[in-house]
Amino acid sequence: MNKVEIYRGWCKKCGICIAFCPEAVLEADEALYPTVKDPEKCNGCRLCEMRCPDFAIVVYRNEESYPETDSSPGK
Amino acid sequence: MRETTHLVHKYLRSSKRFPHIWCAGCGIGIFMQSLIRVIDQKEYSKDDVVLISGIGCSGRLPVYVDFNTLHTTHGRALTFATGIKLAKPRLKVIAIMGDGDAIAIGGNHFIHAARRNVEIASFVINNQVYGMTGGQCSPTTPDGTITASSPYGNLEPDFNICRLAEAAGATFVGRATVYHTRLLEQLIGKAFEKKGFAMVEVVSQCVTYPGRTFGPDPAVAMMKWQRDNSITVAQASKLSEAERQGKIEIGILVDKERPTYHEEYQKLLRKKPKV
Ligand SMILES: Cc1ncc(C[n+]2csc(CCOP(=O)(O)OP(=O)(O)O)c2C)c(N)n1
Ligand code: SF4
Ligand code: SF4
Ligand code: SF4
Ligand SMILES: [Mg+2]
Repeated sequence: MNKVEIYRGWCKKCGICIAFCPEAVLEADEALYPTVKDPEKCNGCRLCEMRCPDFAIVVYRNEESYPETDSSPGK
Repeated sequence: MRETTHLVHKYLRSSKRFPHIWCAGCGIGIFMQSLIRVIDQKEYSKDDVVLISGIGCSGRLPVYVDFNTLHTTHGRALTFATGIKLAKPRLKVIAIMGDGDAIAIGGNHFIHAARRNVEIASFVINNQVYGMTGGQCSPTTPDGTITASSPYGNLEPDFNICRLAEAAGATFVGRATVYHTRLLEQLIGKAFEKKGFAMVEVVSQCVTYPGRTFGPDPAVAMMKWQRDNSITVAQASKLSEAERQGKIEIGILVDKERPTYHEEYQKLLRKKPKV
């Protein structure tokens, strides 16, 4: 299974990782920090990590379950 | 929870304070991460890379990373970059600019660096505004926009940075948004490989100024806008000028070869002309 870690010390709660996760793995907690709601659903695409402006999220990938996704227009 | 180990940590200056100064959801951090990831993939040595910026929120980027870096004056990143490339041609010279930095005050340097074909990988972070000074109009602010310096709406049509670079002679021109991170990384890689003046326009969000009109979640709303308004170069070629209005054309717009300035300069030095 893939593992998503959020480093609260650097997170500014912008919501980008939550809004654009293609599998809706993340949600905001009461303090508006992202948390992992559904770890099994994570496809390891890493888009949350790549789009975090504050380098506050890292995805540890289980290589076997990694599908090629792209971020071309419309996706 | 153990502390997150992120690839960027290999390149951040430990003496700097983090989180960085950019506002929550500002696109500059996304570009910075992409840039670092590509440098890491290419396995450039830190000593062989030089990052040069002007002044602005975008201009803060080199401050945070452990390469050779130069934080110069507003609009003059390409001027310093040109000098460095001529003096030390083996270096990978990278210029990071804002839209105001590159196209307003630095517009002259921009067109002439492109015309000379100086081998610089240059990146213009286009947030359509002067972010650092409080949200005034820039040459890429859309017509009609209300800003700190256009309270009744901007009267000026906006510049197309990529077309400007192309017309001035740039040998590589591309555009991506920070939403399209994978495309952005491809273009950064191509710009690094280019033997000549390469320019990538990075469409980004300033959440604090233009973002004010995007509701309670400006970073997310502005990135959705990037996603929903982008069209590929191939799609754009099938549309009329009027249909392309308001769309962001993403992909590679120019990729060609021309003699580079520093190579011509080296040839001249070898000839040792009499004066
Ligand atoms: C010679 C000079 N003129 C004006 C300024 C003030 N100034 C600082 S940043 C800036 C514009 C920033 O806009 P942009 O280049 O788009 O960068 P951003 O902050 O949006 O990333 C201006 C006008 C300056 N520092 N130096
Ligand atoms: S994208 Fe980064 S800074 Fe923004 S909410 Fe997610 S982890 Fe926090
Ligand atoms: S890696 Fe992809 S699927 Fe997993 S949480 Fe991040 S964005 Fe969602
Ligand atoms: S003012 Fe705008 S460009 Fe500057 S850091 Fe904030 S969001 Fe980014
Ligand atoms: Mg700007």
